[in-house]
Amino acid sequence: MEKFTVHTGTAAPLRRSNVDTDQIIPAEYLKRVSRTGFADGLFKAWRDDPAFVLNQPRYDGATVLVTGTEFGVGSSREHAVWALQDQGFKAIVAPRFGDIFRNNALKGGLLPVELPTAAVEWLWDALEGDEPPAVTVDLAAREVRAGERTWAFPLDDFSRWRLMEGLDDIGLTLRHEADITAFEATRASWLPATQGA
Amino acid sequence: MPDKPRTLAEKLWDAHLVRAGGDEPDLLYIDLHLIHEVTSPQAFDGLRAAGRAVRRTDLTIATEDHNTPTDNLFTIADPISRTQIETLRKNCAEFGVRLHPLGDDEQGVVHVVGPQLGLTQPGMTVVCGDSHTSTHGAFGALAFGIGTSEVEHVLATQTLPQRRPKTMAVTVNGVLPEGVSAKDLILAVIARAGTGGGIGHVVEYRGEAIRALSMEGRMTVCNMSIEWGAKAGLIAPDETTFAYLEGRQHAPEGAAWDAAVEYWKTLPTDEGAEFDAEIVIDAAELTPFVTWGTNPGQGVPLGAEVPDPASFTDPVARGAAERALEYMDLAPGTKMRDVGVDVVFVGSCTNGRIEDLRGAAAVLKGRKVADGVRMMIVPGSARVRAQAESEGLHEVFIAAGADWRFAGCSMCLGMNPDKLAPGARSASTSNRNFEGRQGPGGRTHLVSPQVAAATAVAGRFASPADLDK
Repeated sequence: MEKFTVHTGTAAPLRRSNVDTDQIIPAEYLKRVSRTGFADGLFKAWRDDPAFVLNQPRYDGATVLVTGTEFGVGSSREHAVWALQDQGFKAIVAPRFGDIFRNNALKGGLLPVELPTAAVEWLWDALEGDEPPAVTVDLAAREVRAGERTWAFPLDDFSRWRLMEGLDDIGLTLRHEADITAFEATRASWLPATQGA
Repeated sequence: MPDKPRTLAEKLWDAHLVRAGGDEPDLLYIDLHLIHEVTSPQAFDGLRAAGRAVRRTDLTIATEDHNTPTDNLFTIADPISRTQIETLRKNCAEFGVRLHPLGDDEQGVVHVVGPQLGLTQPGMTVVCGDSHTSTHGAFGALAFGIGTSEVEHVLATQTLPQRRPKTMAVTVNGVLPEGVSAKDLILAVIARAGTGGGIGHVVEYRGEAIRALSMEGRMTVCNMSIEWGAKAGLIAPDETTFAYLEGRQHAPEGAAWDAAVEYWKTLPTDEGAEFDAEIVIDAAELTPFVTWGTNPGQGVPLGAEVPDPASFTDPVARGAAERALEYMDLAPGTKMRDVGVDVVFVGSCTNGRIEDLRGAAAVLKGRKVADGVRMMIVPGSARVRAQAESEGLHEVFIAAGADWRFAGCSMCLGMNPDKLAPGARSASTSNRNFEGRQGPGGRTHLVSPQVAAATAVAGRFASPADLDK
């Protein structure tokens, strides 16, 4: 996983709340067995509209998406994270995220940044204005900066460290393999098995 | 000193802690990992790339459901879907995972298969790369959906690092009125709480109306926990749970059964345990329910009207309602009973079990699906289909003019040939009414199997009681 410390880039304002996973990428695109190449399905239903934010030249190359509350509610499809990353996004800013989407984003190194609604609205106005500011997402400082403004965002220490080091979760867990084996020895004998071990 | 009273959720969490404390999240052991074709291929690729094996093939089981056709058991016409199914078959063979493929007696929607095999039991942790894994919480198991990276993590380690969630109680007091189902109950809960109301919480459904539900009804309620953002939904195990499990293929037997039941009886929330939040609902006030918008929280009683967005004080909810009505092509003030439908879908992990099919059949018996309406009935598993046929339910469906199909996810999610046409309107027993969920441009209204069947007969939204008027 690519390390994330500080990122500055073009931000795109997506003025919608409750953008569910089916809007981020429809099920039709989930038939693929690869982990990349999902950008063509991103926000599929909206991409034909010339007015859609990602079709506006001023947001070309956007790497930060600023969107409404409850972004990523719905399905567990990690393809939603992959599609956003394939499009070039490094961070998503919203007041609140669906739990599974947020987990998936953290696993894959797409930073979910929770900012208050007022901050999101300030960013929307600024990004739609005549001189949209670049947006900086500083994971080290847990801050978002744009123009003269700075906002702190919450993220637990462990997730921050993992992202900054670009570490693989499975590798981290396997450091505790002895604990896993010890736990397995305590499991009740009646627990079901799908087949012989 | 007596132990601090704990909730069911806390007991389940504590019983699966491989390690806790320090700077890291808790590490939870996973008792059952369910696999399907959509969210697993990249996880198996990850194992291969790292040279890792599946740690516990004996706690892992796979089936094919999302991509499968429901008009036949042999031909997957779409080459991309076929490749995904074949990839699952190759991965299961290579890594030694038990698979119930298309055409197998135990094939079906993953959340129908686990419980009917008796693999989902109280006190367990259950995960699957599918958000409706919350279904299994109906047994008093901690069950939640995960992404593909986490699927790979569980395959490799049989554990997941997790932050301890908050707890919430949804207490449903009293008795559900005649004609009001588990589906109506959960749709009403979501309309009350909003689609984000449960974020960060494990929810325990409790109270007299919940205790009175069958296991099928409990699964319907827990299934839709994710639709209001909850991490998981739970219902404490009781005699209804034990009666459902006893004698199932993977349920314990003899002395092991007695030991298991003894443990399961220790799981319900202790007297005096505290939840971080609580919602209280009076069952007597509930009626058949239907959604009007594009998220599962946008619902009203069947007897109500399409709401006016101007009536929402919250600007976010108002904006969402405006967009939803435009997409759904509905005018404020329209009576839901005056809205006509093109397609009726009965099935899915929410309402594709035998009791759901019985409920639809009871309404359809001796009646006909209205002209111009297409009704599809899709059993949740091959076994549900066989059970329905042994009871003669298929004859009722066919005589009514409905389409009786094979098991799969079908029109729940627009990933297989069963899709809603652009602009078409459905009454659907599934779980999501998102824009385009059942097919691009399709308009979905979520209902119970009973309301779906009555709507098929009337050609517009109706309850079974309306048909007798």
